[in-house]
Amino acid sequence: MPKPHRYFLAALIIALGISHFSDKIDPYHLDVLTGIGINIILAVSLNLVNGFTGQFSLGHAGFMSVGAYAAAAFSLFLGPQLLGSAGGTALQQGCLFFGALLTGGFFASLAGLLVGVPSLRLKGDYLALVTLGFGEIIRVIIQNVEFLGGALGLNGIPAYTTIFWVLAFVALSVFAVSCLVNSTYGRGFLATHDDEIASEAVGLNTTHYKIVAFVIGAFFAGTAGGLYGHFKMTITPTGFDFTKSVEIVVMVIMGGMGNTLGVILAAVLLTLLPELLRPIAEYRMIIYSLLLIILMLVRPEGLFNFKLGKAKT
Amino acid sequence: MSEFLQQLLNGLSLGAIYALIALGYTMVYGVLRFINFAHSDVFMVGAFIGYYLGKLVPENIVWGGLVVLLAAMLGCALLGMIIERLAYRPLRGAATLNVLITAIGVSLLLEYSGQVFFGATPRTFPAVFPSGNYSFGSLVISSNQILVIVVAALLMVALQLIVYRTKIGTAMRAVSLNPKAAQLVGVNNDVVISFTFGLGSALAGAGGILYALNYPSIDPLMGVMPGLKAFVAAVLGGIGNIPGAALGGLLLGTVETFVNGSQWSTYKDAIAFAILIIILLFRPAGLLGKFTVEKV
Repeated sequence: MPKPHRYFLAALIIALGISHFSDKIDPYHLDVLTGIGINIILAVSLNLVNGFTGQFSLGHAGFMSVGAYAAAAFSLFLGPQLLGSAGGTALQQGCLFFGALLTGGFFASLAGLLVGVPSLRLKGDYLALVTLGFGEIIRVIIQNVEFLGGALGLNGIPAYTTIFWVLAFVALSVFAVSCLVNSTYGRGFLATHDDEIASEAVGLNTTHYKIVAFVIGAFFAGTAGGLYGHFKMTITPTGFDFTKSVEIVVMVIMGGMGNTLGVILAAVLLTLLPELLRPIAEYRMIIYSLLLIILMLVRPEGLFNFKLGKAKT
Repeated sequence: MSEFLQQLLNGLSLGAIYALIALGYTMVYGVLRFINFAHSDVFMVGAFIGYYLGKLVPENIVWGGLVVLLAAMLGCALLGMIIERLAYRPLRGAATLNVLITAIGVSLLLEYSGQVFFGATPRTFPAVFPSGNYSFGSLVISSNQILVIVVAALLMVALQLIVYRTKIGTAMRAVSLNPKAAQLVGVNNDVVISFTFGLGSALAGAGGILYALNYPSIDPLMGVMPGLKAFVAAVLGGIGNIPGAALGGLLLGTVETFVNGSQWSTYKDAIAFAILIIILLFRPAGLLGKFTVEKV
């Protein structure tokens, strides 16, 4: 078996192991760990679009919200019909949740396709702005859809998210993205990032790569949204605004664009930081933003990018 | 018909404010090629300078209002230049993305500092200018709307004169066209960029006061939405293009006001982005922008 597959299996076994002992872990730590996991999925999937393919997207939270709503609607509206009023066994619930997450991912990637296709005529800042715009449009539309709860959001989502599901999907997203990028096919993403004109000149269909990156990135953002919804048990449209997108972008840039390990570390750090700064709650966001500015001034290639010579900024 | 005219008027006065903010975005983009996300928060600081000064000057007097307006513009210009000096200048020559993230950092810093120092609760903006309503038939014009349109028009004309008739304006255009060549012919890029930030921020400060006069509830996050929309306006008109920013702002303000008055009012915030996406798909460089082909 190739190395990545072995790592993936090992990660799944570790996830099972940790979830077996989850009763013994402090609930607060478990919550923080879940938050970290969800952010890792978001950052790793955005890294495929922003880091590897070099398409600056500022609408990742929009895809996350599509996934969160689709998954929540699936388990809220279809769940009772499939499981009956008794709620079903743990296994049935697990299958339902898996289905809900895939539904979330599917709808998010559909949204990714919708955004990706028209946006491809644009580059750089224009693309960033259009993705931002799509994120906002998605938010406003959800706010206006009656059966998704409107501005109040969806409540009473069953708490299916366990540490196992989070870790499993973290493993899946990291596995999928790194295998994809390291495959012969996936070199096209890097080529599109490095020099679009040169890649086209050697016969690569850069449009195709950009769409694929958008769709796959959106898929994992959607599953992260599904996990988030079934973790918080309530979702509102305002939870997925521009600020959330920026937060994910910051993780990617801090980790060093196109550096999966760095992005994971950055996601861990940026989720822990607000928790660590909680005692000085009033000033923590000021410190957070100051750190961000200082980081960019002092280490613009990303905090965890150790390949200094090769760093592409 | 009169309702149409009324809405058009309301739209134009909102659009004039968007245009003022959009000019700052477009000028900074022109010289540095990046989206200055902190611009919308400079706008917010402008409104707060007006709020604190407005308590000191007598209310409802034109000169008092003018003092507040000028002070806010001056304060914002200084703030813009300080931001540029401390946060953006060290990154000159760095990747656009890093500057963009720094800009987001500065924006968050201003917003959260605002929440700590000004307080997060919305305040009522004092009526620094005398206000009244004039009616022409069924058309009602408030003095604030006239003020907004007049001040915005004056500032835009002044800006046009600065950019096209003065030495520093010529330097600004030179830097925008080609920073390296500008440096070669003796333009001090740092001074020009600093001046551009000052000018753009002063317009944002004026926009902040005018916005607060028309929507007199101000809070530290008030800049986010108008800022985003103004940026959309700048891109709509063709970013880096000064008349384009004014046109985009007016267009956006008018359309938004019409949507707000219709049954689709809850979609108001999405409409700006929808227009943007549609226009960019057909004219990728904006309404007045020139499309350039990338040369290898």
